[in-house]
Amino acid sequence: MQRLQGIAVSPGVAIGEALVLDREGFRIPRRFVARDAVESELARLAEARRAAAAEIERNRDAVTRELGPQYGAIFAAHLQMLNDPQLQQELEQLITQRHYSPEYAVSRTLRRYAKVFESLESSLLAARAGDIADIEKRLLRHLLGERREEIAHLTSPVLVLAYSLTPSEAANLDRRYVRGFVTETGAAGSHTAIVAEALAIPAVVGTGPFLSEVSGGDLVIIDGNQGLVILQPDEQTIARYQREAEQQRSLETRLAALTELPAVTTDGTRIHVLGNIEFPHEARLCRELGCDGIGLYRTEFLYLSSDTVPDEEDHYQAYAYVMRQMESKPVVIRTLDLGADKLAVVAHRASDEEPNPFLGLRSIRLSLRNLPLFRTQLRALLRASVLGELRIMFPLISTVMELRQARMVLADVMEDLEEAQIPFRRQLQVGMMVEVPAAVIMIDQFVEEVDFLSIGTNDLIQYALAVDRSNKEVAGLYSAADPAVLRLIQLAVRGARQGNRPISLCGQMSGYPMYTMLLLGLGIRQLSVPPAAIPEIKQVCRSVSLAQCEEVAARAMALEHARDVAAYLREATRKAVPELVV
Amino acid sequence: MSAMDVQRASRTVVVSNPQGLHARPAHEFVKLASQFQAKIELVKGHERVDGKSILALLTLAAGPGTELRIEAEGGDAETALEALAELLAHNFAEDNPNNEA
Repeated sequence: MQRLQGIAVSPGVAIGEALVLDREGFRIPRRFVARDAVESELARLAEARRAAAAEIERNRDAVTRELGPQYGAIFAAHLQMLNDPQLQQELEQLITQRHYSPEYAVSRTLRRYAKVFESLESSLLAARAGDIADIEKRLLRHLLGERREEIAHLTSPVLVLAYSLTPSEAANLDRRYVRGFVTETGAAGSHTAIVAEALAIPAVVGTGPFLSEVSGGDLVIIDGNQGLVILQPDEQTIARYQREAEQQRSLETRLAALTELPAVTTDGTRIHVLGNIEFPHEARLCRELGCDGIGLYRTEFLYLSSDTVPDEEDHYQAYAYVMRQMESKPVVIRTLDLGADKLAVVAHRASDEEPNPFLGLRSIRLSLRNLPLFRTQLRALLRASVLGELRIMFPLISTVMELRQARMVLADVMEDLEEAQIPFRRQLQVGMMVEVPAAVIMIDQFVEEVDFLSIGTNDLIQYALAVDRSNKEVAGLYSAADPAVLRLIQLAVRGARQGNRPISLCGQMSGYPMYTMLLLGLGIRQLSVPPAAIPEIKQVCRSVSLAQCEEVAARAMALEHARDVAAYLREATRKAVPELVV
Repeated sequence: MSAMDVQRASRTVVVSNPQGLHARPAHEFVKLASQFQAKIELVKGHERVDGKSILALLTLAAGPGTELRIEAEGGDAETALEALAELLAHNFAEDNPNNEA
């Protein structure tokens, strides 16, 4: 049994067979072969070896010709390894006696050799592990050939273990079969992490290298609550996690009963629980889970999931779908919130390398510098506004001037539509994200210029505490429970109240039940949370009184350290809602 | 081949080249060993490996100064042993680390 600690990005527990994708996205399947297929599988292995050998010989000859025989010798050694009699014998034994598939036999055997070499003291020999990996890849490529299975064509449940997954790869995982995923790279708050949460499957990222330790088909446990990955778990561990998964399912069943019930505190205050979404299809999930609307529709995926810039129609179709799902419920759509570094189509305009992208040309700043891009999105938003209660939200506003500029562009686009006689709702609400400390400090000015506000804690925490949470060295300093963060939230809520503007909270913080009492106590009445968290957050709202929450908030605000705040909030939530695991 | 023809021969040699029995010398050894009919084995302490297997040879990790016993069994065992011992003891002395892959 081997335990790996990574970063928990999406909660839940999953137990199942591993599907391993290497650095190049190459899948290593485990398939036991049928007894009567042994002969044909052996022939397949022999054929793959012949093809790999021919390839290596060609390389050897070409390199010898161009660079000289001492370089060609590298490939001569590869050839010798490929044709190694001991290796052949081992592979054939695994196939004939244990009925392993050639792929699995190759991957298992060669990885074992690679590991042995890595463990040798001689650095010259340790370097040979790379040769072994090369041979493994070559053989697998020939074995899998055209039959190479893509993760798009799954037929049974798996846990995906990969070097990395791009956000769109993660988004395209087949949810019927992918029960969880782990990546060696990645950080909390990355887009892939956000997608995992949206998919509502357990996920762990940033474990560091471990893929050489597993093969396809191995039993693996993903503990998305603790950020743990367990390879070759023992019986006891499996049993413990099976119990946990069972409890999780029974809690989900009980929470499902809440779908039709509103989030009302025990003393009768109505709380609005809205959904955060990345993809249009999630709107349906939110509706099924009984949300009060969409509090944050992040539109970045329209830009990230294809190589071309989305046109007005792409935007419109996505927004229209969400609007139809939500019927008359509010849908807050945030305009582009990407950094120039993430947006290839405009990146060439930015000064070559931004040394500090989080403090650079991103989000609303990028939109205001790329007006055609911005106007396309605004046009589509306005057109979709006739379908229901669509609201537009501008991200990363740090000065009133910026907000006015954005509103001016919007007014301008409205005029265009009017001239073209395209219908839209002129009265639609326009709001802003409160995620830069400057916006909190100047909140009294901002409330005069918007219809609503939404606190984005992810960025607010990063900017207030000057911590990049994807930086391992300082990630420990990043905490939503930091007293400075709590005070900023308190200030923002007070400002919004005085200006008589609704304010919601839509950062990841809002999706954790341990913060719900605190946030209600601070005066938040709208929480926008990942779809999967909707039932839990409702459950907390329905289990507590406002008076109770205010007391909890007052006590939390008096504490000095993030750690104490977090411990206290966890304890208070446990007491108030004992059936939740927090 | 009758039992009469089976030769058995063994000899102990010391790995002389400064890098030990790493990839290139191991490659040369296996290449040479594979030219003979005889079964060739290398023994280092309690480990015994197939002398025609590059992977097995490399896992021995025989550094400079290591004592290795070469055992050959088969029709051309004597000739094989002679050639292999010669290779191990002398030829690698010319080994140039710059040639290492």
